[in-house]
Amino acid sequence: MEAVLDNIGLVGWAFAHTVLLFLFSGVLSLLLGTFLVALRVGPVVVLQRAAATYVTVVRNTPLLIILMFFQFAAPKLGVTFNFIDVQWGEVSMTSFFGAAVVSLSLYTSTFVCEALRSGVNSVPLGQAEAARAIGLSFGGVMSQVVLPQAYRASVPPLASVQIALLKNTTVAGVFGVMEALARMRILTNNFTGQKIGIFLAFAIVFVVLVEVLSFLASRLERRWRIA
Amino acid sequence: MRLIRTKAAFAAAALAFSLAACGEAGNDDEGKDLEGKEDAAASFEDGTRMKELAEAGSVTIGHKTDQPGVGFLAAGDDAPTGFDIEIAKILAAELGIDSADIKWVETISDNREPFLKEGENGKVDLVLASYSITDERRAEVGQAGPYMETGQQLLVKSDSDIDDVADVKGKEVCSVTGSTSLEQIEAQGAKPVGFEAYSDCVEKVLDGTVEAMTTDGTILMGYAAQNEGELKVVGEEFSEERIGVGYSLNNPEMCQFINDTLEKAFEDGSWEEAFTSTLGKSGVETPEPPAVDECPAA
Repeated sequence: MEAVLDNIGLVGWAFAHTVLLFLFSGVLSLLLGTFLVALRVGPVVVLQRAAATYVTVVRNTPLLIILMFFQFAAPKLGVTFNFIDVQWGEVSMTSFFGAAVVSLSLYTSTFVCEALRSGVNSVPLGQAEAARAIGLSFGGVMSQVVLPQAYRASVPPLASVQIALLKNTTVAGVFGVMEALARMRILTNNFTGQKIGIFLAFAIVFVVLVEVLSFLASRLERRWRIA
Repeated sequence: MRLIRTKAAFAAAALAFSLAACGEAGNDDEGKDLEGKEDAAASFEDGTRMKELAEAGSVTIGHKTDQPGVGFLAAGDDAPTGFDIEIAKILAAELGIDSADIKWVETISDNREPFLKEGENGKVDLVLASYSITDERRAEVGQAGPYMETGQQLLVKSDSDIDDVADVKGKEVCSVTGSTSLEQIEAQGAKPVGFEAYSDCVEKVLDGTVEAMTTDGTILMGYAAQNEGELKVVGEEFSEERIGVGYSLNNPEMCQFINDTLEKAFEDGSWEEAFTSTLGKSGVETPEPPAVDECPAA
């Protein structure tokens, strides 16, 4: 535990990386997941099939392999993130951060899509039919009528997906990002005698972060509940 | 739906294959097997761990698997290769154990101490896994030796302008997540980039994502030799690593045995032979053997 307190600044910056990875990937995965679910429930069969295939392939691939693809295979195909270079305090957002955010977003968006689809299925068909009857286009039906209700119904599963994402960010620690896991490994390597204390300290911070997230989710659920 | 599933399965298989193809081909530094000394058991005093091991005719040794020339296990091979491995064979032979009878166990940086401490005599008897001697570690386990002294350097592309550690301030430098090397390069003002294995860092230097990687010079030489003409090792050594043999503190008598065996190997040329057949292949001159530390009073 002492090792963590003596290096509290470094540990803090490491968790800043973790939280930033989560925020960027969280927002991107929600956007991409919403787009995917629109394709899946939309009227165009080709797009339905394409979105379904994407979800199946990416969701069935381990996150580690997606990260490996963007770190080792993609650069050989000319896909790099070298243009990203942001430095904020001790937080460095470079190609490694970019690749991690892209991998996490692509992976998590499939889970977001499926959670949202369960929400869409819970909206009575009459809602969509009524919306179409008053002359709304597909985009209008989705954005004005179906998705708002779908989001409301899928808050609990979406929260689970985002909590999983928060914990999944640790995989980036072995792909060049100096986040919590990477810092923890340096501390356990240096302070051999305090391994258990260090593990506990990092675990506690993760528990706290997840608790904050589930608290926000439950507030949102209550706020959006239909009276 | 069936068609989609089949297609998806094919796509996943293709992805897996393309990644598998990125794996590294094994390197060819073969060690030589040693035969155990005759009547070794008789030369140890009763009740010592050495006697127990010699009588059992087998010893369990922890090693690394991802450092060419030091401790490396190529995909599909049964026995590891490298300098650590050759030293382990010398120690085993002195216990009267043939190299073929050594039980090899992979250890990573995080589990070297737990493996030595687990159980009555430890899950492994000895650890030779590029194990730097530090005071913090010596409080937990025994570390005899050193049998090698090395220092941290930089590996860069052949056409790079980086000559020294001063040139990487503010730049990204790759090493293994959680390693001492990564922490030391951070202290030198570089941005640390951590990966799972050194070979991953070599990839990142080759594809230009990072300009340099760092760890012990000996390990870097191995990679420079593997990628001749593309990579070079630069800079003075900016840290000092003393590589030792880990043993359990339950058996403090092991220390003197290890040190005596190492000193014998320094003198009779088997240490030098171990070096030239592994790390020396990259064209490095054989260094002077280090002086071993005195064992703590039992």
